[in-house]
Amino acid sequence: MTDLSYVRTQEVPHEAPPAATTGLVGWIRENLFSSIPNAILTLFGAYLIYLLVPPILDFAFFSAIYEGVDREACLAEGGGHVGACWPFVEAKLGQYIYGRYPLEERWRIDLTGFLFLILLVPALIPNAPFKNINVILLLGAFPLAAIILLTGGAFVIPVWLWALTVIIFAGVVGLALMPVFAGQGTVSDSKGALLAIAGAFIIVALIYGVLSYDFGLIAVETPLWGGIMLTLVIAVTGIVASLPIGIMLALGRRSDMPVVKMISIIFIEFWRGVPLVTVLFMSSVVLPLFLPEGVTFDKLLRALIGVALFASAYMAEVVRGGLQAIPKGQYEGAMALGLRFWEMMGLIVLPQALKLVIPGIVNTFIGLFKDTTLVLIIGLFDLLGMIQLSFTDAKWSTPVTSHTGYLFAAIFYFIFCFGMSRYSIYMEERLHTGHKR
Amino acid sequence: MAVQDTAGEAPGKASFIYDPKVRSIAAQIALAALLVYVGYSIVQNTAANLERQNIASGFGFLSTTAGFGINQSLIEYTEESNYGVTFIVGLLNTVLIAIVGIFLATIVGFIVGIARLSHNWVIAKLATVYVEVLRNIPLLLQIFFWYFAVLRALPNPRNSASIFDLVFLNNRGLIMPRPVFEEGSSLIFWAFLAALVVSFGIARWAKQRQAATGQQFPVFLWSLGLIVGLPLIAYFVSGLPVSFDNPELKGFNYQGGMSVIPEFVALLLALSLYTAAFIAEIVRAGILAVSHGQSEAAHALGLRHGPTLRLVIIPQAMRVIIPPLTSQYLNLTKNSSLAVAIAYPDLVSVFAGTTLNQTGQAVEILAMTMAVYLTISLLTSFFMNWFNAKMALVER
Repeated sequence: MTDLSYVRTQEVPHEAPPAATTGLVGWIRENLFSSIPNAILTLFGAYLIYLLVPPILDFAFFSAIYEGVDREACLAEGGGHVGACWPFVEAKLGQYIYGRYPLEERWRIDLTGFLFLILLVPALIPNAPFKNINVILLLGAFPLAAIILLTGGAFVIPVWLWALTVIIFAGVVGLALMPVFAGQGTVSDSKGALLAIAGAFIIVALIYGVLSYDFGLIAVETPLWGGIMLTLVIAVTGIVASLPIGIMLALGRRSDMPVVKMISIIFIEFWRGVPLVTVLFMSSVVLPLFLPEGVTFDKLLRALIGVALFASAYMAEVVRGGLQAIPKGQYEGAMALGLRFWEMMGLIVLPQALKLVIPGIVNTFIGLFKDTTLVLIIGLFDLLGMIQLSFTDAKWSTPVTSHTGYLFAAIFYFIFCFGMSRYSIYMEERLHTGHKR
Repeated sequence: MAVQDTAGEAPGKASFIYDPKVRSIAAQIALAALLVYVGYSIVQNTAANLERQNIASGFGFLSTTAGFGINQSLIEYTEESNYGVTFIVGLLNTVLIAIVGIFLATIVGFIVGIARLSHNWVIAKLATVYVEVLRNIPLLLQIFFWYFAVLRALPNPRNSASIFDLVFLNNRGLIMPRPVFEEGSSLIFWAFLAALVVSFGIARWAKQRQAATGQQFPVFLWSLGLIVGLPLIAYFVSGLPVSFDNPELKGFNYQGGMSVIPEFVALLLALSLYTAAFIAEIVRAGILAVSHGQSEAAHALGLRHGPTLRLVIIPQAMRVIIPPLTSQYLNLTKNSSLAVAIAYPDLVSVFAGTTLNQTGQAVEILAMTMAVYLTISLLTSFFMNWFNAKMALVER
């Protein structure tokens, strides 16, 4: 018994401290090497990074050529390896931004861009003041200014357009006076409506007047437009024009009137079902056939019509999503207050629904912005078209020219689209608060 | 909505012009009349314009000889074939790129989507970068990149990159051995078909047995064995009837074998990698949409990680994933029309491009082209409606 001892006479050796779970080491252990498969994955990932990142960085920066005046600078001596040829992009940057717009008139594009920025930035900041005026200026006055600045203005408004406008307004006045014809009231009862119609007519006449006024700007034909400027013109026109059409279609699709509903559904499903390329082909080849003899649109306008119709179908579905998200109580509340259909939509439902779908609209815009590249297929030179065109310049023909051009385009599109998608996520998070249930 | 049938309550008071029903009908008649007028004038204008340009309308041009070659065709096509055959060739090429692209995009998309949810930081970040870069760069730019910057930069046929001297990659495309099916090789096909049928039968039987007795059966291994084994046995039994025609360098290009044109490779890579970025996001969202409680409950029931994924998470995630996935498939099919930019002979390129330029039958050709895409799109949405109805949660 005595030789058994349960009492330790020596100090136990210290155990190793537990593995770190905090700090850099702990983080690496948990996120990179928590198990053997995980460690293999990490090594695999590191290998992929090794395969991809150094060559790209090397091409874009370390082996890149930064100075030069022609292809000589970017040709490898003795057939060696050469990186991006940035002087090429620098030399072509003017074309990439302005297309073939006349050099001395480029200030007009700059001014348009500047106006766009100072109107757009406050409109995008949720807390900026004067939101209503801002949006009216952006969606109403700015497009008019942009049309005049970019084309040179002094349009000839054809007589048939004036006649059509007058007929439409006469028709609207007739509708407003329906109660008088039906013997249900006097003209003074419809005074408000008549004043509104008169106001609208004056605005339309003013727009026609401004468009036909000669500001002394040199006319720049649209075939000279190109580059980033054309990309933005197509994308912004597409989205601005598609918004009202899209709202109408979305309302039509949810309408109780079978004819309206069916027409809206057919329109939306048709445009959503066909690829944009065929729409552009149609606008450039078939649309001229649809018009009466003597009426011609220029190529850009035809493409814009195609893009706007295409985008409006997608916009309609986005807006419809917003309309469906508005609780039924809002509709019923509006009806209980005695609002008519357009009052209910304009004052109660649409303001809420459109606010909800801002992220969706931004996403549609991103899609449209990327899709504008397709116009090069019908021979319009947007940024990608200009870049493709610049490769044919013999002065800069090197093996790396096309890689450099594509890299530049990729960086440009990535910055724009990624920035917009971040904005859309930010708005989504911001708008989510009020409707979280 | 706002239009309520209240006219009946106030008889004789209000004029009929205040009756919502009358207004609604009047508005619809006006709209329909306007559309009919617009449609009528379009038809009139088109007819007048065509007459002035001396273009005969109608589909008679489809039986005219095309007179141009197409560098990839799934059916027999020569320059003497007519425009109707051109249409079919283009359509088949569109279907081909769509099917192969969908297959590839699904695989890449699921891998990237799951990788984004990985606990491994490096893998998750890599997948995020993939998604953000690929979906924020226009597809056309990616197609140009693959076609002009990558495939054009490949070596010429004499200096091709090769795998075991059987598969060659050069700036003329990808050249592979072509299997030659000799007499008796149909047995292999029938064996494969039989294996498929038997596998389905085994799966059904195993499911019923498990429901009845709780005993499991290794269905996957058995099916794999059958599907690989039966054709292999058939191959040996029928006396090795399949041989391979290997490509050989003769002069400046390869002869024999089966070659994939570079346009196809570029378009396939661009389309499937681009769409995969969107699919990855759909997969990630679908998996995240299954609430955490589901996997916790499955673990609490004693299911291990694998069965939890297979039996609990994935079936519920698929319900969320499949509708947007289908619309991505549709997008891929529609985006394949960008083939026209690099002259891959798809429907838009050979039919709405070359054929239209040669015949000038713009209205008919574009109507046919659009009808094809519309049909595909409508069929897909019918499938979607059916699927949604089938998969909808039956709530109490």
